[in-house]
Amino acid sequence: MKPTDITRPDYFHKVVDCQWACPAHTPVPEYIRLIAAGQYDDAYMVNWNSNVFPGILGRTCDRPCEPACRRGRVEEGNVEMRKPSLHGEPHAEPVAICRLKRVAADNKSAHQVSSRMPKAPKKKNGKKIACIGAGPASLTVARDLAPLGYEVTIFESDQKGGGFMRTQVPRFRLPEAVIDEEVGYIMDIGNVQLKSNTRIESLRSVLDQSFDAVFVGTGAPRGRDLEAPGRLEAAAHIHIGIDWLSSVSFGHITQIGKNVIVLGGGNTAMDCCRSAKRLGGEDVKVIVRSGYEEMKASPWEKEDAIEEGIPILNFLVPKAFIHHEGKLTGMSFDKVKAQYDAKGRRNLVATGEPEQIFPCDDVLVAIGQENAFPWIERDIGIDFDEWKMPIVDTVTMQSTLPTVFFGGDAAFGPKNIIWAVAHGHDAAVSIDKFCQGENLQDRPDPMTNLISQKMGIHEWSYDNDISDELRNRVPLKDQKITLKDIKVEVELGFDARAGLAEAQRCLNCDVQTVFSEKLCIECDACVDICPMDCITFTPNGEEEAVRATLNAPSLHAKTQDLYVSTELKMTARIMAKDEDVCLHCGLCAERCPTGAWDMQKYLIEMTHAGAGCRKPQRKAA
Amino acid sequence: MTYLAKPKLHHPGLTKNAVGYTRRDYEGKISTLCAGCGHDSISAAIVQACWELDIQPHRVAKLSGIGCSSKTPDYFLGNSHGFNSVHGRMPSVLTGANLANRELIYLGVSGDGDSASIGLGQFAHSMRRGVNMVYIVENNGVYGLTKGQFSATADKGSKSKRGVINSDEPLDMIGMALLLGATYVARSFSGDKSQLVPLIKGAIEHKGAAFIDVVSPCIAFNNHAGSTKSYEYVRQHNEAVNRMDFIEGREEITADYAPGEVITVEQHDGRFLRLKKLSAEHDPTDRVRTMNYVQEHASRGEVVTGLLYIDPKAIDMHEHLNTVDTPLNQLDVEQLCPGASALEKINASLR
Repeated sequence: MKPTDITRPDYFHKVVDCQWACPAHTPVPEYIRLIAAGQYDDAYMVNWNSNVFPGILGRTCDRPCEPACRRGRVEEGNVEMRKPSLHGEPHAEPVAICRLKRVAADNKSAHQVSSRMPKAPKKKNGKKIACIGAGPASLTVARDLAPLGYEVTIFESDQKGGGFMRTQVPRFRLPEAVIDEEVGYIMDIGNVQLKSNTRIESLRSVLDQSFDAVFVGTGAPRGRDLEAPGRLEAAAHIHIGIDWLSSVSFGHITQIGKNVIVLGGGNTAMDCCRSAKRLGGEDVKVIVRSGYEEMKASPWEKEDAIEEGIPILNFLVPKAFIHHEGKLTGMSFDKVKAQYDAKGRRNLVATGEPEQIFPCDDVLVAIGQENAFPWIERDIGIDFDEWKMPIVDTVTMQSTLPTVFFGGDAAFGPKNIIWAVAHGHDAAVSIDKFCQGENLQDRPDPMTNLISQKMGIHEWSYDNDISDELRNRVPLKDQKITLKDIKVEVELGFDARAGLAEAQRCLNCDVQTVFSEKLCIECDACVDICPMDCITFTPNGEEEAVRATLNAPSLHAKTQDLYVSTELKMTARIMAKDEDVCLHCGLCAERCPTGAWDMQKYLIEMTHAGAGCRKPQRKAA
Repeated sequence: MTYLAKPKLHHPGLTKNAVGYTRRDYEGKISTLCAGCGHDSISAAIVQACWELDIQPHRVAKLSGIGCSSKTPDYFLGNSHGFNSVHGRMPSVLTGANLANRELIYLGVSGDGDSASIGLGQFAHSMRRGVNMVYIVENNGVYGLTKGQFSATADKGSKSKRGVINSDEPLDMIGMALLLGATYVARSFSGDKSQLVPLIKGAIEHKGAAFIDVVSPCIAFNNHAGSTKSYEYVRQHNEAVNRMDFIEGREEITADYAPGEVITVEQHDGRFLRLKKLSAEHDPTDRVRTMNYVQEHASRGEVVTGLLYIDPKAIDMHEHLNTVDTPLNQLDVEQLCPGASALEKINASLR
């Protein structure tokens, strides 16, 4: 194997699994350490710089970081030695990264934080940007560009900014005050104008207004309908999930029938059923075509629904709406089972059992969302593909009309808030470069920094004592209260104590084990002390051969890299470290007599709009 | 050393042995030795060997004297019996323990000071008595705890960290062990676990006095140019005579090797040791020639390692003394104190 090139920004970035998995590449361990230190303002700002909506995301994020979290892999095979927990059998779980983000947002000083927010310069740069839709993608574009002197105008059909976060996420998951606060931080930068209650019916009309660039962040606003017999006749009691949720959000709908069926297995379905339960639904059930495991909803959202007494029925395909004298009375379903073909593709085939009928008063259809661009003229230069989606560059977010950029759900179909933020950052870089006449493809690498954490012989500037604690549970408010009032937030969030305990579970994966082969005397001290048997000194060979000689088997060879050195001077062996389950405890560095191992903090700052996305203009020293 | 305890978390793929323990279960407390000390590698090798042999930790007694090396039993086999004796007195305490309870596995851990200076007489007698034990000398050639004076095993002509040349003859513990009748004699290097672990396993399985001299560099005081016990010197001058495989089964496996490449030695219990020969001239069952072989190579500055000598049919102290098969702690009062008439009978036989 060739020695690992640790100067590549991606190498150590990938070791920080959570940050690598986060679309916005939030420096997770960095803000978790700040939470542990009680520096909530700093933790909030680290988050805010990357993901713009820490308070909102700390409650609603799809948290791609958590399945990636090393803690989940590390606890695998170790739970038997743990104390039995109050929450059933102990099992391997990641750090509660998402809820820690909320700890930072809950405990920060709003005054301190707002004083640290960027402000638009008095001198504008003369460029005008239009954002269509005031959702997370557009707000991110505004946040990135306004401090640079751009004048940003956001067109929004609703009264307030926030988009999907305001209209569809139920208030019992996300209180309005949090949205107001975090949207407010962006509006307060200055140079951002929100044109509310302004629905754009024609992109050409926007292009005609002499903006230098236009960003489309209109989301995926159309809920998919279910065509089935009885749909028209019983229409009064059949609702499209996302439309129903926004009507609930705006207070247009305040009640629902006693028996409610929610169709669909995604997060919208989970929001629908839990909302229905709070608006008078006594018997609310979710009915899904697929099996429980394959449902699109996040596991925790499914658990939250079940916790509130909502059954989830699987492998039932809707057949017909049953109605009587124009009133919906129930729905019929066919029972199916999953069959896998030779290629492993799943097919749902009828079991042949008699159809099942569930009586109901209302049905909420939450079977998917679609993009819809009836307001974009097809002759203005924006090309659409066969699925009627605009053709958008996945790196630059630019459409085939150079002045128009897309982001969020509008770009590549329904995803989530954190992806919208990531798109917003990328689009802002592109818009900045576009307005300055630069090549959009020419995007500098992120800025990285690698600093030794050594403070003394056995002292590090991070806490390397590994916590044995299992994941902490977020306390919930009493269901007697929460199920009665749709505006009462269910999760109470970690208090400072639980937040600290949870923060201590973080393995500080950004504090990297850096190896200097020139210093190594091959004493084996690191090999002997490593609690996870990560380190092996072995003859060099092809990766597969090297992996076969490791002291502990590679469990995730496809996703987790081997860190290898050049051949060592005494035995011509190489040092090979499997990054997979390293605890970053630093014991290798503490035991190393020559300092060949060092613990170095790797900070990676993604390239955002502004000076960072320019080519470095090196000045003579 | 480190101030932190080693995290309890272990590799998810860590396996259990036949008696239900992982390798980590054989560890002890966190070492307080200097970072990079060879002794810690020896501790790790003992842990590995005991795990691989499926030893019940409570069936092991680890004994030591005084010194850096003698601290190490605290750092392995945390669930075994331990006794930290007076300086140089580990062999006699171990001999006594072995007489009282012959069923435990005895692991004596000592250093070059503890065994080659103050405890030289004790070492000699435990070897010649054939006490059934593993005697490991963690040999670094210096007194580390008193800041690096030459020990009795330091080679003549080698240089101390302060630049002083050693003018005394070294004490050759391998030669002494061979002379004194040790029946399993090996030398190894702390930096080569692939050699050391099988040698420890073989020594544990051996019935009789098993002696292993492990060159274990002192990172603080004896790892410089001019030292003959540094990592670099030992790696450059290491002459391994053989590679040992410890065969768990009772079948003799000699396939895959040309004649003369492999020596298979039948043990007292019918099991086999397999030695892949690396040196054509060396025969590990010939004691006298082994003594010559080791001396010849030592005179050329080479460090001969491997299983140097083995007497597979050795008998131990209990057989010499014809002691009772049952450990003393399992004998009841009537057996231990058979009464006045039995005493009378013995006295009569001596008149």
